Amino acid sequence: MEELLSVQNLRVSFHTYAGVVHAVRGVSFSMHEGEVLAIVGESGCGKTVTSKAVMRLLDRTSAKIDPASSIALDGRDMVRLSKRELNRLRGKEISMIFQDSMTSLNPTMTVGRQIMENILTHEKVTKQEARRRARELLELVEIPDPGARLENYPHQMSGGMRQRVMIAIALACKPKILIADEPTTALDVTIQAQLLDLLKQIQKKTGMSVLLVTHDLGIVANFAQRVQVMYAGVIVERGSVRDIFKAPRHPYTWALLSSVPGRALESKSELYALRGTPPDLRLPLEGCPFADRCEYCMNICRRESPAEMPVGEGHWSACWLCHEMAPAVEPPTGIGGGSHGGT
Amino acid sequence: MWKYILKRVGYMALTLFTVVSITFLLIHSIPGDPFTSMVEDLPEESRQIYLEKYGYDQPLGVQYLKYLKQLLQGDLGASLRYPGRKVAEIVGEYAPVSASIGGTALVLGVALGLALGILAALYRDRWPDRVIMVVALLGTAIPTFVIAAVLQYALTVTWPLFPTTGYGTWKHMVLPVICMCVSPLATYARYMRSSVLDTANQDYILTAEAKGVSQFRIVTRHILRNAILPCITMICVSVAGIFSGSFIIEKIFAIPGLGKYFISAINDRDYSVVLGLNIVFTGLYIVSMLVSDILLMLVDPRLRLSNDK
Repeated sequence: MEELLSVQNLRVSFHTYAGVVHAVRGVSFSMHEGEVLAIVGESGCGKTVTSKAVMRLLDRTSAKIDPASSIALDGRDMVRLSKRELNRLRGKEISMIFQDSMTSLNPTMTVGRQIMENILTHEKVTKQEARRRARELLELVEIPDPGARLENYPHQMSGGMRQRVMIAIALACKPKILIADEPTTALDVTIQAQLLDLLKQIQKKTGMSVLLVTHDLGIVANFAQRVQVMYAGVIVERGSVRDIFKAPRHPYTWALLSSVPGRALESKSELYALRGTPPDLRLPLEGCPFADRCEYCMNICRRESPAEMPVGEGHWSACWLCHEMAPAVEPPTGIGGGSHGGT
Repeated sequence: MWKYILKRVGYMALTLFTVVSITFLLIHSIPGDPFTSMVEDLPEESRQIYLEKYGYDQPLGVQYLKYLKQLLQGDLGASLRYPGRKVAEIVGEYAPVSASIGGTALVLGVALGLALGILAALYRDRWPDRVIMVVALLGTAIPTFVIAAVLQYALTVTWPLFPTTGYGTWKHMVLPVICMCVSPLATYARYMRSSVLDTANQDYILTAEAKGVSQFRIVTRHILRNAILPCITMICVSVAGIFSGSFIIEKIFAIPGLGKYFISAINDRDYSVVLGLNIVFTGLYIVSMLVSDILLMLVDPRLRLSNDK
């Protein structure tokens, strides 16, 4: 598998009236061809900012990507590309679908034109040809009566259908990477499942890579191969879906997994809720960002930020508990297994 | 769609009727009558004769019904102040004068205002934006008659480039047009700026950016069309104001337009002229509201009626 996307030491800050918010604080990861990588975390952890930074879609006036960061897409550094060069890649090699399908389509343009626009922007084809392909795309995303639907305006479609159209737009030029930022959050549960199946099926068919940004662990387990857990702008744990769900090593991941309602239902216990709030992202981080809310917090956690430590094949955790000198701690009941401390 | 328009026309007739009735009641409730305000020391007997001649001695209800009947026959009535002149004639003669100045000013003001608003939004927080917004603020804050007086002084007295008052050549039109376009220019610049900024923040603009669409195309195809929608209603309302908005300017520049007539007619208690002009203004207003709604339906697919497919 070839490495498609490589993000190194990504730092993003927002300049607001309240101060400088450091939303992403040194995130590195890479994606390979045909891979589905999930970024999970609670609201405000920087997962959406990370994904938008990859597309360079952050508001230029308030958001600053640290110049030392690098985002290499197929060897080209997105951070240093000109607007024109960026536009050549966006929608062509890397596409994005957004959270709210109700507002993500232009209300005064037909759905067909919005799909065609992507094709016509990147490829020298006739309008008829673009139209034919737009029709095929609607078929691909399983919208019935695609020929007639091309003439529809977004308000004539349901939320689920609009999100299908968003997917069609994103796929129009057969991108290598699709970024899906909470693609199903705004939809109701049955539609969520349908849409996710559709995405999965298209991913298998086309072999494109998907960067899935979500807070829904159910979706992750279903779709992704690798998972990165983000907290307060850093990746705290990363590994395969199996690693994260069966043998998580970071207390934050434990907390996330414990708060999935399904587990509490089965064991008839009270649903776990993580206490406290994430740290103020305007302040510099001293020690582990999770220290204040961590039930296993040690002295060192408040003094020094833990580096990512390997805890298995392709499985990393940024927690002092994973250090060889740390005491052994058992994860909460019902979460994974495996001993902690030592190697 | 036609059914909708027909229904709207029905409502318009109702509106017109209401306006006529209220104006009728109001103008007749102002103390005095056309004859005492025209001639001083009019003997009581002659006054009575005139009142009888024009039917003003009858109960108000009877006068009202008579007026309505006359209106339904398409007759706006004749002026009392200027005997022998029909209201329709007055409108026909002076409306084009008002329209030529008001219309030019409106077209200029709206076009420039929208353009400046777009420019300000695109250069948000940079110097073009700042300059345009200061100009727009001054334009809304300074009363038209002050601008008129300053312009008159500067461009006719200090540098005699244009005639002070009057109507006839294009030179006569320059100053009144400038005065009258300041306010729409300022209003539309501010309005369009905020509308463009608002649209630029919409999620679908992000979608367009994610498609790799060029900045130029995003502005022309995605932002402007959506940003202009709220302005359409405003423009149509302004069209109706072409006549009624120019009273002061017409007075200052001694332009023989409708506005001047309207005010003198009220002072003269020239009932039929006041009512007639009011009907014309109201009619224009409600017609432009209808036009704006139809325009909006054409531009905004969300407003199209579902049976329109």
